[in-house]
Amino acid sequence: MSTSSVLYDHPGPRAKVRNAVLSVIFGVALLGLLYWIYTKFDQANQLEAWLWKPFAEPKTWTQFILPGLWATLKAAGVGMLLSLAFGIIFAVARLSDHWWISVPAGAIVEFFRAVPLLLMIFFVFYGLPYVIDQPVTAFWAVVIGLTLYNGSVLAEAFRAGIRSVPGGQSEAAYAIGMRKTQVMGIVLLPQAARAMLPIIVSQLVVLLKDTALGYIVAYPELLARGVNDLSANYGNIIAAAIVVAIIYIIINSLLTAFAGWLDRRSARRAFRIPKQTGPVVVADSTAGGA
Amino acid sequence: MHVFTDPKNFDAYVSGFLWILKLTGASAVCALVLGVLLAAMRVSPVPVLRGFGAAWVNIFRNTPLTLVIFFCYFGLFVTLGLALSDDLFRNIYWLGVVGLSAYTAAFVCEAVRSGINTVPTGQAEAARAIGLSFAQTLRIVVLPQAARSVIAPFGSILIALCKNATIVGTIGLMESSTVMKDLINFNGDAVIPIFLVFAGTFAAVLIPTGYFFGWLANRLAVKR
Repeated sequence: MSTSSVLYDHPGPRAKVRNAVLSVIFGVALLGLLYWIYTKFDQANQLEAWLWKPFAEPKTWTQFILPGLWATLKAAGVGMLLSLAFGIIFAVARLSDHWWISVPAGAIVEFFRAVPLLLMIFFVFYGLPYVIDQPVTAFWAVVIGLTLYNGSVLAEAFRAGIRSVPGGQSEAAYAIGMRKTQVMGIVLLPQAARAMLPIIVSQLVVLLKDTALGYIVAYPELLARGVNDLSANYGNIIAAAIVVAIIYIIINSLLTAFAGWLDRRSARRAFRIPKQTGPVVVADSTAGGA
Repeated sequence: MHVFTDPKNFDAYVSGFLWILKLTGASAVCALVLGVLLAAMRVSPVPVLRGFGAAWVNIFRNTPLTLVIFFCYFGLFVTLGLALSDDLFRNIYWLGVVGLSAYTAAFVCEAVRSGINTVPTGQAEAARAIGLSFAQTLRIVVLPQAARSVIAPFGSILIALCKNATIVGTIGLMESSTVMKDLINFNGDAVIPIFLVFAGTFAAVLIPTGYFFGWLANRLAVKR
């Protein structure tokens, strides 16, 4: 582990004994903490079998959890496709040579990155129907909110990616007579997208977690179906929350592992994304966007 | 703008953002303390502590904040009976702070850990070679360099925390997004101005904050 080598020498005999003693002390303390949580749960009667029994019945899965999971994945999938498109368009627009394109594109990206997602979902769900004179479904409220927010984050990521492609690439492309659109579409974007792939996948984790906000506008996703509705039927809110949290953790860990694998793979390539200058926040996934 | 000239609405707007400020402030302090502790655990030579830190990070980083906040209210308060205040809104506020802090601490921990990782091993080796003790190495050589590289991620985390504070509205706190929802429902003729005022307030505070942290991180960056 690289961290321990910065901070610690290799342990000698005395340090090994000390570490073993500390391990035992903290291990006991940790077990004590777990036991305390256990007694608290027990006192509140949260460990009784009937609370967990619903998860052994197929009905729980076919009626609550799996439809919820499907709705979550559907919103995340559509949101991801739309925010990728949004991200590419606005990244290219922000890099445009014409100020009347690049300035508004930059303003839009900065604006939507700074506005809480919940505020946008509320606006689309409750406010937009007054403007367009017809109702907006919860699904589209969630997807539009996710697209505007994550699309803006991805736009910044793409822009950093495009700018990090070595200058010789576009010079060579211009030299063989390509037009601006061709340079961007054939030379710069594909290389940027490949270099940005790990960040794009980790943004997918953020997006998937953000779909849980759909619960607030009654979109029947995993949190709404698996925790809210399920516990309304069986009265086992803590058990349901734990099971659903485990499902989220499994899916997101798989995505994170995939992003890490992509990152190691692209580490072998010619160039990497340098540290960003200017405002902070490119990798939203390391900052905790909902 | 007739909506905001009504003093009742204006007060709701102000108190909504005050809740966001209070949530952000309290959670930022708690998350910072907790996150640094967790990072100390994650880089410690004691395997049990490393495991605990890693487990915390993996659980909270991969669970939606909405679920964490939901659990704080319906799990900790309603089911387990953990009340943090007698006042209804104070109680929700503190439950929200607990959820936000636990969630954000995971990200603080990872930022600190990767900050320590940016310090080249040679720095610590050189420090030990000239005879500095473990505490001196940490205090004089490693931590000052790590602290500088942590500024940019801390800025992003603070901004994300401020935006995430709106999610506490889902358990019944009258923070800005809930206030906006109510104003929209009562003033269907002015939805766009209402949205622009609320979103604009966030943007007006958070965009400069982002640029400030970017500027600070650049200025203090360790030149290598």
